[in-house]
Amino acid sequence: MQSYIPSIGMEVHAELATRSKMFCRCSVAFGGQPNTRTCPICLGLPGTLPVPNRAAVEMVVRTALALNCTIAMRSIFHRKNYFYPDLPKGYQVSQYGDTNPLGYGGYIEIPTSDGGVKRVGIRRVHLEEDTGKLMHLPTGESGIDYNRAGVPLMEIVSEFPPDIQNAEEAKDYLVQLRQILLYLGVCDGKMEEGSLRCEPNISVRLKGAEKLGTKTELKNLNSFKSVQLGVGYETSRQAAVLEKGEKVLQETRGWNEQKEESYLMRIKETENDYRYFPDPDLIPMVFDDAYIEGLRKSLPELPLSKSQRYEKDYGLDRKESWEFLVDPEWSRFYEEAVKLGGDPRLIRNEMVSEFAKHLNETGIPARESRVTPAHIVELTKLKKEGQITSKMGKDVFVAMVKDGRMPAQIVKESGAVQISDESQLTSIIEEVLKTHPDAVAKYKGGQVNVKGFLVGQIMRQSKGQANPEMVQDLLQKALEQA
Amino acid sequence: MTQLSAAELNRKLASKEVSALEVAQAHFERIEAHDAKLGCFLHLDKEGALASANEAQKRLDAGEATALTGVPIVLKDNMSTIGVPTTCASKILEGYIPPFDATVVAKLKSAGATILGKTNLDEFAMGTSTENSAYQLTRNPWDTDRSPGGSSGGSAAAVSAEFAPLGLGSDTGGSIRQPASLCGIVGFKPTYGRCSRYGLIAFGSSLDQIGPFARNIEDAALLAEAITGHDPLDGTSMKTEPISTRDLKNGSLKGLKIGLAEEMFSEAINPGVREVVERAIEALAKEGVEFKKITLPSIELGVTTYYIIAPAEASSNLARFDGIRYGPRWEGSGHIDVVSKTRGQGFGHEVKGRIMIGTYALSAGYYDAYYTKAQQVRALMIREFNEAFQDTEILLAPTSPTVAFKLGELSNDPMALKLLDYCTIPANLGGMPSVSLNCGFSEGLPVGLQLTAAPLRDERLLQIAYSVERALPNATGRPPLP
Repeated sequence: MQSYIPSIGMEVHAELATRSKMFCRCSVAFGGQPNTRTCPICLGLPGTLPVPNRAAVEMVVRTALALNCTIAMRSIFHRKNYFYPDLPKGYQVSQYGDTNPLGYGGYIEIPTSDGGVKRVGIRRVHLEEDTGKLMHLPTGESGIDYNRAGVPLMEIVSEFPPDIQNAEEAKDYLVQLRQILLYLGVCDGKMEEGSLRCEPNISVRLKGAEKLGTKTELKNLNSFKSVQLGVGYETSRQAAVLEKGEKVLQETRGWNEQKEESYLMRIKETENDYRYFPDPDLIPMVFDDAYIEGLRKSLPELPLSKSQRYEKDYGLDRKESWEFLVDPEWSRFYEEAVKLGGDPRLIRNEMVSEFAKHLNETGIPARESRVTPAHIVELTKLKKEGQITSKMGKDVFVAMVKDGRMPAQIVKESGAVQISDESQLTSIIEEVLKTHPDAVAKYKGGQVNVKGFLVGQIMRQSKGQANPEMVQDLLQKALEQA
Repeated sequence: MTQLSAAELNRKLASKEVSALEVAQAHFERIEAHDAKLGCFLHLDKEGALASANEAQKRLDAGEATALTGVPIVLKDNMSTIGVPTTCASKILEGYIPPFDATVVAKLKSAGATILGKTNLDEFAMGTSTENSAYQLTRNPWDTDRSPGGSSGGSAAAVSAEFAPLGLGSDTGGSIRQPASLCGIVGFKPTYGRCSRYGLIAFGSSLDQIGPFARNIEDAALLAEAITGHDPLDGTSMKTEPISTRDLKNGSLKGLKIGLAEEMFSEAINPGVREVVERAIEALAKEGVEFKKITLPSIELGVTTYYIIAPAEASSNLARFDGIRYGPRWEGSGHIDVVSKTRGQGFGHEVKGRIMIGTYALSAGYYDAYYTKAQQVRALMIREFNEAFQDTEILLAPTSPTVAFKLGELSNDPMALKLLDYCTIPANLGGMPSVSLNCGFSEGLPVGLQLTAAPLRDERLLQIAYSVERALPNATGRPPLP
């Protein structure tokens, strides 16, 4: 088989996390009985008019800035005309043109395995409205749910010719983009609910060939895994087609998640003529420099630079950093804890063990938990100072989750302070050695591993409160003297 | 009582000389006696009107009346009225009952006006004779063999026939002013953006404007005051106050500079009409008006430009009528078949023709030659008019090139029908306020005089029109109905 180079363009649609729809005041909440989140405007009843949602426009501009785009200081809405039952007005309000979209000519950086970054060009970031959804009813009839119709939708298209050359990069691009959207708070990023949708277009060409091959568009990718598998499948499929001496057809293909293969949805024979033209119901959006600069200044720190900072300042490795970064809330929690003056490494360890397990089990988001960054910091300090053992730490954690008391208070109230008093420990050790003379004898006979048994007995005797390091030292001394 | 103006009715209602119910009933009696012959109404809402008159009386009794409380009005049937059929005189909206009120309707209701019913129009306001209605012909009260003009022919004929002192029409290329001229009454198109379009079923969104019909300028101004003002539901609505009538009667013609564009007095104007208008000009000159002959060459491109922009917008605006969400559906096999059959059967000939022209003008490969070019001409025309308004306050012209023509006379001459908008179209392309008032008779039929001002000069325009009306005391009359 010859060597083929894939080219992958990414078209991502993100439903914006506004409260209301793009051109009316209906709720954008997911779900709901069909057609309950509609009004005459988003149903496109005759005579209704759109009034743009400012929050949506601002979200797109912020995203465009975060993606290093040029902002169109004057930007208009166009109508994209086509007939489809889920499209209430017979046109979709969108944005057309190379330099008219709110943002254009940007890039995104994705981390590479060698520790560096790869830059992927962004062609455009624009604002449009979502359509409704066709539903096939058990009766064999079709219904239409317009709850999604008019939800503000941001389209992010990667540069052409594409910079992405394999399935993993495609996935990484999407992971990175999703993170940015989450950090900006502009999209909830739920691929399974369709609030973030990715439609890659894929072509392959023979290594050395200049001209890009015929592309196919892939739909129904509902997870990162699907994106990676789907793009990988499609590049292999196309290479195999070419290898057989056949032609790749310009198709829209769907992804079958169960079978892990793509299937033909429709062949694109001709380009649709959408007859884009400026929407006369919507006046141009005009921005001034002060507004844009204000938004630029208010952008939060983005995930990639955060991860670099975690590595540099907190001594975490890349993998550990991303454990936090996947969830903006989780990383915010972590940073707050570090700011309170804790040890970044110990705080990380504390968070990813008991706390993460607890949140996972209960499904409670970190911000709603009784456990605050201050709790975590205090817990790590108690442990570090030797006031409690890690075993005691678990009990303290359980108590902390239960009623929100601070760790030091829990320890104090339970009286369960670690025993670090040498004379107190020595007397416990002496008592244990007295009750287990056979073990002492074995140790003397060279069976040094019996020491572990003795430590266990000492811990039990002290109800787990003995300082384990001191126990090790004192026991050693005691055995040597015995 | 039906001969009284809105202002006179208001005085009699306020002084308890008449009751709101008596006023409403008197107008219904006249409608019942004569509308069978004229065909003004597509839908009469007697029950709703009488109930509203009762409410109006309560407000009058409580001293909470406005200038329009208890005053009858008729609405062109392209304005959405909650619970009352709204058809645009099209089969495709047969039986459609809007679940919301157009903003102008809501304003009329809150002012306490008595809405008598919905009037006939050319289907979707596309026409100049009201003959394109899918339901019925409307006849001109001055000669029932003749057209009332269009597209707001039903409202114009109704006000002329004293079925109501007030009416609303919509004006996209002259659809208020031209029928006002042919029916011998006042028709006023405000500055684009001063009157909300919310709930007006769109024809050409960048041109459409709702405005009053009345039998004198004062009434038209009172109605304009009630329906204008910023509307948060219309993104193209200007953030301006309602048109004020405060200084309506304080104007003077002395030293007023009025421009006469030679293109508006060309061969395109019927000599009889021209003669009547020229006599009015002489009378106004005697009152001290300074006339200035000017040239505005772009006027001659107006009709062509209009017949690209308006159909282009209409082709998209009317895409929502697909039989899926409301209105009748002609069944077929599959989505495209249903849509094709519904639109094929539901739309009339003229509407289909304009949709096709508009679709063509927006198509890939033709867009620049037609739509872009038309927008350039429009921009040029606006520049020319702006310049003209530097040293003339008002442009005066005939409203219509002809008096009322015989029904059927022009049906087979689409170009002649379209040329009837020759004098009125520039105000739509330029968003300018423009009013037509009767200035005399030719062959026993009314001749309209059109006054146009720079955008946002609505108050001044009406003030001047009021003075002009005073200066032409014998210019109007009553149609020969009993």
